Amino acid sequence: MFPYKKYLRQDKFPHIWCTGCGCGIIMKAMLRAIDRAKIQKDDMAVVSGIGCSSRTPGYMDFNTLHTHHGRAIAFATGLKLAKPKLKIIVVTGDGDATAIGGNHFIHAARRNLDMTVLLYNNHIYGMTGGQVSPTTPFGKKASTAPYGSTEPDFDISGLAIAAGASFVARSTCYHATQLDKLIEKALQKKGFSLIEVLSPCPTYYGRPNRLGNAVDMLRYYKENSIPVETARKLSDTEKKGKITIGVLHDIERPEFCEEYQKLLERVRKK
Amino acid sequence: MKWRGFEDNRVSGYQNIRLDNKTMRPSVNKTIKIMTGNEACAEAALVAGMRFFAGYPITPSSEIAEVLSRRLPEVGGVFIQMEDEIASMGALIGASLAGLKSMTATSGPGFSLMQENIGYASMAEVPVVVVNVQRGGPSTGLPTLPSQADVIQARWGTHGDHPVIAVVPSTVQDTYAWTIMAFNFSEKYRVPAIILLDEIIGHLNEKIVIPDTSEIEIIDRPLTTDPPEKFIPYKFTNSDIPPIAHYGTGYRFNVTGLSHDETGFPTNDPKKIDTLYRRINRKIERYKNNIIAYKTELLDDADICLFSYGSSARSARRAMREARIAGIKVGLFQIYVLWPFPYQVLSDLSKKIKKFIVPEMNLGQIAHEVDCATKKESIRVNRVDGSPITPGEILEQIKNVSL
Repeated sequence: MFPYKKYLRQDKFPHIWCTGCGCGIIMKAMLRAIDRAKIQKDDMAVVSGIGCSSRTPGYMDFNTLHTHHGRAIAFATGLKLAKPKLKIIVVTGDGDATAIGGNHFIHAARRNLDMTVLLYNNHIYGMTGGQVSPTTPFGKKASTAPYGSTEPDFDISGLAIAAGASFVARSTCYHATQLDKLIEKALQKKGFSLIEVLSPCPTYYGRPNRLGNAVDMLRYYKENSIPVETARKLSDTEKKGKITIGVLHDIERPEFCEEYQKLLERVRKK
Repeated sequence: MKWRGFEDNRVSGYQNIRLDNKTMRPSVNKTIKIMTGNEACAEAALVAGMRFFAGYPITPSSEIAEVLSRRLPEVGGVFIQMEDEIASMGALIGASLAGLKSMTATSGPGFSLMQENIGYASMAEVPVVVVNVQRGGPSTGLPTLPSQADVIQARWGTHGDHPVIAVVPSTVQDTYAWTIMAFNFSEKYRVPAIILLDEIIGHLNEKIVIPDTSEIEIIDRPLTTDPPEKFIPYKFTNSDIPPIAHYGTGYRFNVTGLSHDETGFPTNDPKKIDTLYRRINRKIERYKNNIIAYKTELLDDADICLFSYGSSARSARRAMREARIAGIKVGLFQIYVLWPFPYQVLSDLSKKIKKFIVPEMNLGQIAHEVDCATKKESIRVNRVDGSPITPGEILEQIKNVSL
């Protein structure tokens, strides 16, 4: 059994998440990844915004910063630039990162600032009661889309790749053992990395859309996910309705803190 | 009043880059220069120890960012142009929590966007300095023309009861001094400090005497002396100001914008919530006499008092002198710290002053506060057309006063 307790603030439990929520699965995967990456607790900073996902850092025994809705990446940018030795994970949700925080998200990717964004995508605003989010699929119901959403949903991973991220991967709460490996890879990658994790919200997304209970939702991930290697061989029609998981994007680009270090040395040599 | 310089161990997060004062100009003797308010603000911030700037271009504040983009790397500091003003304020808070004195500079519309995270800094008690070079508003307003219409926003711009300190320089020389003071206040009391310039001061080229750094007092935030295992981030102390620890130094704690208890974790306990809100606001109320700053001129025998601040105080002073030549007993009360406001001082003064005149480049925002303090109805001299208030306009009002 993995020693989770070593990394948890045990006096903060029980957690606030609903029964069947995916947040705990992701949190555990994150701890396994941090442990395997051999990052010391003092050197790890976890920054979050607002929402169910963003309550994660409160339970973790690291340097933790719970910020405003959408602003986690902005706070993390200042923190990272002021203390480049800190490893940073930004814990965020689909609404937090791609609606109210969309601007910060794309610009951190563009700068290629060394941080890992762990994005819990549950297709809904959970904490405020299940309102429609930028990733609610077209036609699905939400508390502010009682007749079904009339908007297309965001491809978050595609957005990060287009904006300039070095490393982008997708997984689900069903694929917990794959997830921790992906997070570990992201932590070891120098530059901006995104892990998008599909996470079940049986309470606010599953129920109005009649998707069953938490187990049914996890089973859906199991049956509809395809590895990226397989997906590359399929046509768009064949991929329709499937969740592509694995490392979607992995490239080398100059990292912002390293570039700033070079600038400092150049200026001060004069 | 001694400049303490940087301690030897004060290094930046970057390898072999020392946060130093070596390239600071001037470093030995007092220097006389000509510079703009924006330039003076940038240079003074460096002397105050500011080593992190995040901002977004906006007229008429952009020169502050431009100067610092060149100067900060020279002293081992960090400059970053963010994607907007919301992000700039967020980055400031992150950098300050990692131990760097942090600043941003903006103008009206950007100041509106920063309000969200100014509230966070108040709530989480993170020292940050925000410069607002005021221009005409609301909305996009008058980008290149002056105004003093953000003065109430500086106090109440973000939601909820919150502590804040705001300074209002009126010359380039003042800007230099009060920029350093703003940092000192922010660090000492762990509150956001706001420097309210306006387009006139920001773009005005004026003579400035820069003192020897040995004459400048620099205050740093109160650091904890407790070991990490005993550290309580928002510990109640007799001073009401909890000592701070920095991220990445072995202290693992939580910071949140939610109402929190001493330990820094969210709480819904009514008693703890009440304690928190009262304490963070009490910090200003309790120390206001150490913060409030004003200057009086010729008030001893005066019947009329000109109450002024920022660039309008320049016109007020000239009007006062001309009125004195004409034999009218008028004096000047100029404030350098706007928030906290000197209610008690004004209340005492109102016992012997018959009439207050408040010239300001807005529609009477601070006149309300003056009336509230003096229990008298002041005469308002307002201008909102993007032009400065002239001494003549104030003089005319002085002459019209029937005592």
